[in-house]
Amino acid sequence: MNFARRFFASPPAVFGFAVFLVVVAIALAAPFLFARGPLSIVGMPLLPPGSPGLLAGSDVIGRDMAVGLAYGARISLLVGIASTCCAVGIGLLLGATAGYYGGWLDDLLMRVTEFFQIIPTFVLLMVLVAFLQPSLGSAVIGIALITWPQVARVVRGQFLSLRSREFVEAARVIGMGDVRIIVTQILPNALPPIVVVSSMMVGNAILTESALSFLGLGDPNLMSWGSMIGGSRVAMWVAWWTTVLPGLCIVITVLALNFIGDGLNDALNPRRRG
Amino acid sequence: MKLGYIAMRLVKTVLITVAVVLLSFFLIRMVPGDAATVMAGQAGYADEAYMKGLRAEYGLDQPLPVQLWRYVEKVAQGDLGTSYVRRQPVVSVILERLPNTLLLNAFALLVAAAGGIWLGSVAARRPGSAGDSAVTVLAMLFYAVPQFWLGMMMVLVFAVWFHLLPPFGIETMGSDLTGLARLGDVAQHMILPGVTLALYFLASYARLTRTAMIDVADQDFVKTARAKGLTERQVSRRHILRNALIPLVTYAGLQASLLVGGSVLVENVFSWPGIGTLAFQAVWSRDNPLLLGIFIVTAILVSLFNLITDIAYSLVDPRVELGR
Repeated sequence: MNFARRFFASPPAVFGFAVFLVVVAIALAAPFLFARGPLSIVGMPLLPPGSPGLLAGSDVIGRDMAVGLAYGARISLLVGIASTCCAVGIGLLLGATAGYYGGWLDDLLMRVTEFFQIIPTFVLLMVLVAFLQPSLGSAVIGIALITWPQVARVVRGQFLSLRSREFVEAARVIGMGDVRIIVTQILPNALPPIVVVSSMMVGNAILTESALSFLGLGDPNLMSWGSMIGGSRVAMWVAWWTTVLPGLCIVITVLALNFIGDGLNDALNPRRRG
Repeated sequence: MKLGYIAMRLVKTVLITVAVVLLSFFLIRMVPGDAATVMAGQAGYADEAYMKGLRAEYGLDQPLPVQLWRYVEKVAQGDLGTSYVRRQPVVSVILERLPNTLLLNAFALLVAAAGGIWLGSVAARRPGSAGDSAVTVLAMLFYAVPQFWLGMMMVLVFAVWFHLLPPFGIETMGSDLTGLARLGDVAQHMILPGVTLALYFLASYARLTRTAMIDVADQDFVKTARAKGLTERQVSRRHILRNALIPLVTYAGLQASLLVGGSVLVENVFSWPGIGTLAFQAVWSRDNPLLLGIFIVTAILVSLFNLITDIAYSLVDPRVELGR
């Protein structure tokens, strides 16, 4: 409870949380808010926002921008959250093993994390998605594959410092097995920094997904914010809203997530604030 | 002792390169179908005998380890295969575009470092002031803005609305400028993409410089410098800033991979004729050897850049003996 009070005491965190809830609500309600799907053509192309029945105007081929923006929220949130969950899963498994057991496994894992820090991961992601064929699934898998080392690093650090603490020794003395110690003793204590890193990763994953879609490496049958921006390149000169609006959606959503991450960080590590 | 560190670091760079090549081999195997299927598709017909011939010709009928060894051998000789679409060696296609990318990235790095260090030191002078908070807010904002969209906003504002700068390309098309005039033309074209690419890194440099300067300002030698009567300006320039800049060298290396990723997107927005636009074209024309070649080349370049910054760091910072 103390944690919740600290989190909601920070105005940016409250703002971020509220905005995030609105985005989630729009994403969930999109099919009920609009009678037609995001790909259907509703009128003349490039009508400005505020035209009759078109709150956010229409795009290059006359699709309703507002519908596209609402459905785009679904893709961004889905890819952002799903890829982060996968990355956290891999990172937890490998980071915990490396940090708890140490030895050659730990060495190997650290070399792999360093490798991922050095190579241009976005170019690797382009190769992965292009080779697997662009789809929602390949975006999620690709982003998870290039981001899990961030989680593994944090998890490993936590496990390394916690494994020799007295409460862990005590658990070992009363005969607990390794898996039980890892899951019931160390993991709950290692959680705060993992939560913070994960919350920051969702925002980054949304940015990465939008970049993929912008380059045409998104699912061709889905409307996402990145693909809307990519598609607006020919119209930007005469119809600013086709470019500006989806971009603002990305900025606002990612900013909200980063505010939440900062808020979590402050609420979970109260001593670090000064 | 430093020689030992440098030798170790060199070995590490070689190992990274080997890992990149191994990874690439497995990426190729990941594509559904093999090279023979693709080539047969391009030829427009295929029967068993023809496919078999192709597989034998390219060694695809050999066991996996043999194929891997042949691949490593080829890459070691600088052979990254042939571009499906351009029908030229991948390496020469990439090398032709590489200078443009290096130019853009070097310019962006320069803008980011100069601007970031300046902003960061301004913010560090009075922690908690309005200027200090402004830097933090700005950094927060740039972390949330997609780089490609930022680039398009720059085009919208500076090229479409105010006609101040050219929106795309590396030089004015059809102009026969030479010498200095041409250089000026290229510089003008470089401003928008360069600044777009730089802004994200500028924000992080500013934050890093700020933190490092506040940390250093607390140390004993700074108090000594003040005690011996140096002015505040001298203390902050000669003692605080100089020492705060050391970690920035490593940081530049660590960020090189992000810089390259950003460059792919920014080049595409501004039709800058570098490796990034090439990667985009490779994606669209399904030119897998070219796309993979770009990954290998950029990965090797970034790890070399990391090697250089790490060595520079070990030379600049007297505290580094063996490192990790």
